Amino acid sequence: MAKRIEATNVTAYYGGFKAIENISLTVEPKTVTALIGPSGCGKSTFLRSINRMHEVLPGARVEGSLTIDHQDIYDRDVDVTAVRRMIGMVFQRPNPFPTMSIFENVVAGLRLNGVKRRSILEEAAEKALRSANLWDEVKDRLGKPGAGLSGGQQQRLCIARTIAVEPQVVLMDEPCSALDPISTLAIEDLMFQLKDTFTIIIVTHNMQQAARVSDRTAFFSIEKTGDPGRLIEYDHTQKIFSNPSQKKTEDYITGRFG
Amino acid sequence: MGQTPHRSAHAGTGGPSVPSSDGWSAGASARVADIPGTPRPPDHGLGGGDALPRAKAFGAEKAFRGLTMAAGTAVLVIIAAIAVFLISKAVPALRANTENFWTYQGWSPNQTAPKFGIGTLAFGTVLSSALALLMAVPVALGIALYLSHYAPRRLGTALGFLIDLLAAVPSVVFGLWGRDIFVEPVRDFSVWLNTYFGWLPIFGGDGPFGKSILLGALVLAIMVLPIITSLSREVFLQTPTANEEAALALGATRWEMIRTAVLPYGRPGIIAAVMLGLGRALGETIALAMTLGITFGISFNLIQNGGNTIAANIANAFGEANDTGRGALIASGLVLFAITLIVNISARVIIYRRREFTESAA
Amino acid sequence: MTTTVTTHRPRPPARPVTLRARRLPAYAAPAVALGALLAAAGIVYGAGIGGPVLVVVLAALLYLVGLFVAANAVEGRRSARDRTWSALIHSAFVLAVLPLASVVWTLVSKGAERLDGNFFGTSMNNIGARDANGGAYHAIVGTLEQVGIATLITVPLGLLCAIYVVEYGRGRFAFTIRFFVDVMTGIPSIVSGLFVLAFWVLIVSPWFNDGRPSFSGFAAALALSVLMLPTVVRSTEEMLRLVPAPLREGAYALGVPKWKTILRVVLPTALPGIVTGVMLAVARAAGETAPVLLVAGGGAAINVNPFENNQSSLALFVYQQAGDASKYSPARAWTAALTLVALVLVLTIAAKLLARRNRLGR
Repeated sequence: MAKRIEATNVTAYYGGFKAIENISLTVEPKTVTALIGPSGCGKSTFLRSINRMHEVLPGARVEGSLTIDHQDIYDRDVDVTAVRRMIGMVFQRPNPFPTMSIFENVVAGLRLNGVKRRSILEEAAEKALRSANLWDEVKDRLGKPGAGLSGGQQQRLCIARTIAVEPQVVLMDEPCSALDPISTLAIEDLMFQLKDTFTIIIVTHNMQQAARVSDRTAFFSIEKTGDPGRLIEYDHTQKIFSNPSQKKTEDYITGRFG
Repeated sequence: MGQTPHRSAHAGTGGPSVPSSDGWSAGASARVADIPGTPRPPDHGLGGGDALPRAKAFGAEKAFRGLTMAAGTAVLVIIAAIAVFLISKAVPALRANTENFWTYQGWSPNQTAPKFGIGTLAFGTVLSSALALLMAVPVALGIALYLSHYAPRRLGTALGFLIDLLAAVPSVVFGLWGRDIFVEPVRDFSVWLNTYFGWLPIFGGDGPFGKSILLGALVLAIMVLPIITSLSREVFLQTPTANEEAALALGATRWEMIRTAVLPYGRPGIIAAVMLGLGRALGETIALAMTLGITFGISFNLIQNGGNTIAANIANAFGEANDTGRGALIASGLVLFAITLIVNISARVIIYRRREFTESAA
Repeated sequence: MTTTVTTHRPRPPARPVTLRARRLPAYAAPAVALGALLAAAGIVYGAGIGGPVLVVVLAALLYLVGLFVAANAVEGRRSARDRTWSALIHSAFVLAVLPLASVVWTLVSKGAERLDGNFFGTSMNNIGARDANGGAYHAIVGTLEQVGIATLITVPLGLLCAIYVVEYGRGRFAFTIRFFVDVMTGIPSIVSGLFVLAFWVLIVSPWFNDGRPSFSGFAAALALSVLMLPTVVRSTEEMLRLVPAPLREGAYALGVPKWKTILRVVLPTALPGIVTGVMLAVARAAGETAPVLLVAGGGAAINVNPFENNQSSLALFVYQQAGDASKYSPARAWTAALTLVALVLVLTIAAKLLARRNRLGR
């Protein structure tokens, strides 16, 4: 079910500003790939261009080629909504729909796809919540507002919402940056389990986290403010953190930079 | 999302909730100012005289506080006074009324045996407002969505500004336009409706057509349109981007994103905007006084000359009203006051509820 | 726990693996539009049931249906819904622009007719039905005086009330005041006019007018104050809440008493925003007709004394000229309307620009 993503010379703009330049990398199925780098280096931009969320912002556009199992994501005939269903996304801040209950949040994506039968929805919700390690905590209050949960629970609710539509790839944009250490740990555990099923790409500022959860790591950097972000090094996580081939990577990993 | 509780506590219920600045200033005033008997820190020695300045400051503080409180109370006094004075002038006229105020269909309070009833007027008021909202609300919401989520951002802002300006155009101008210009197409339309749909009672009758409930309601709709649009556009713009992106990331189309994230979030705001528009429509005077045919009688016919509302009747009948006539008009105004009060209070309750909800949720 | 996750694995892909979707070609929408137009013309003229307007309306409906059907067949239901709603929202915009553009166009074209020195330099005194000249000088004087006095009454009262609610008020009482300020925004202008009629004109004014009730510009100012007060309080309140707490803290730390802090630090900081709110309130009050009609009485001659005898106002002038039988009065009405709109819009635009420049905490 999980898919391989190949990026070739991806360049992304915000209006006239070039945010990333010539990013090329291949993400293997059923792995966790971490994108690390200093602030403003374009890792989030790259992540958002994978499921075409980048273009939601006015004036934003992407050049180059991004494919998922050899299908061009940016092909003219491609249905954007199909891309986003195939490549789900979890955001930096937990963003459950504030007017919906926990249950409604989880099945929101299914409802969009026209699933109406209550029994199917309930089954899918339970499955997604179990997969997100949240079922036991919320099973007695599925009708309560999703916004009433703690931050970590909300983020797991958002993960459940994302995986409920059964995507093939899950993008996570600093999913733990707004969470306390215990919730962070819960999410990291979850990632280990989810990579059995999904291809996961995670943006993180936290290098320990990248080292803990990811199979491969891509290091992005910029020369100076205003320059586009570039991919400096992409390799097995172990290699990156023990014996990086680029000086810049080593400086960043050891804290001598940024 | 993070700032929601802060902001809503501020804009929200004020006293009983815990707006941080209030709570803070309470503490601060106790700390700094002027509790008699609190020993002053010794290092606070500007001028040295301790007791006298403190007592003076205390007096000024208290006076100023009292002044502001009096101003606040004035609001309550004004609202109460409105009710009291309207009632005091309405009662003699109501006593003199020789017909039932609620059921009599007609308005002749200036005769020696005054006869007047509110029924037809209240009916016309509610009918014209309801029709106006029926026509204005879908269009207004459509425009608000267009401005907030479809139009390019710059265009949306510019047009939003324009809509705000239109909301400021005085009603007498809309009335004049409706009477002199808009009445022609409406008359043609009414004749057309009468020809092909005359079998429906609301489009029946033999004319003349034109200065009808339909014209009045259309003008009203055009007038409340900018108000409802402006308010709901603001509500739509407040939808957290995070929620919109969440919907899009689930593979929603733009319309599905609006249905999933924007509309549910904005629903209480929309209801409040509609209620405020309704309040405006119910109380609208001059535009209707200029566009309605002014008749007395309860009829659902929308296209024949006719129609009347409480407010329009006050403007029209005021000129030749004698003492009882004025009292009768004031009595009708009292009814209008009560209706709008109910509408407004319900709108406010909805808004306040919503604030509590977002507060507790966030 | 891991076992629960693995339940995902054996399931076959629920969704088609292709990302491609069949799309309507770019020419589809114009083609559907053309088809709809032709079909509508055929139906309307074939059956002889109307003219070009009906063709356009019917074509729009057919276009929406056709678009949905075509998109549904090619792209699927979700996309069809998205397209149809998008088309609906765009047409709502067009639908609303038409009448509003007509209002603006008529206002300018008809209003320009009497836009001359005579109009702004003379009153309606001794102007008969056959006289083409006559102007609105008296009405402009009236509007300026009434709105000016109303502002003088409202601003201090509104500021103090807002200060109480934001800085001092706590508990149920302050909440009640806030609530009723909100409710007060919805009081119809005609009710405020009736209130002042009952209270000031009929009861108070006879005390110093030989026992006879007397209309006056001041009474109109009172009625306008009732309408302006809630707007001023609300906008001031919002601005006061935006003043950052550290600013106050700084003043308190210097030992400045609270009332001085409010007057010297908080108010000046919030001033531009407060001015914006006041200007918006003034703009709205200047356009009010009904209360002036009820309590100022109107009049044809110049009366610069707001405390005695009838006064007119621009809005009332429009209403009265519109109701006048003279063939010259419509031109006067339109020019007065144009003047009024210009006045109101200048105030509104200035207020909005000021608000845009002053971004206190926004």
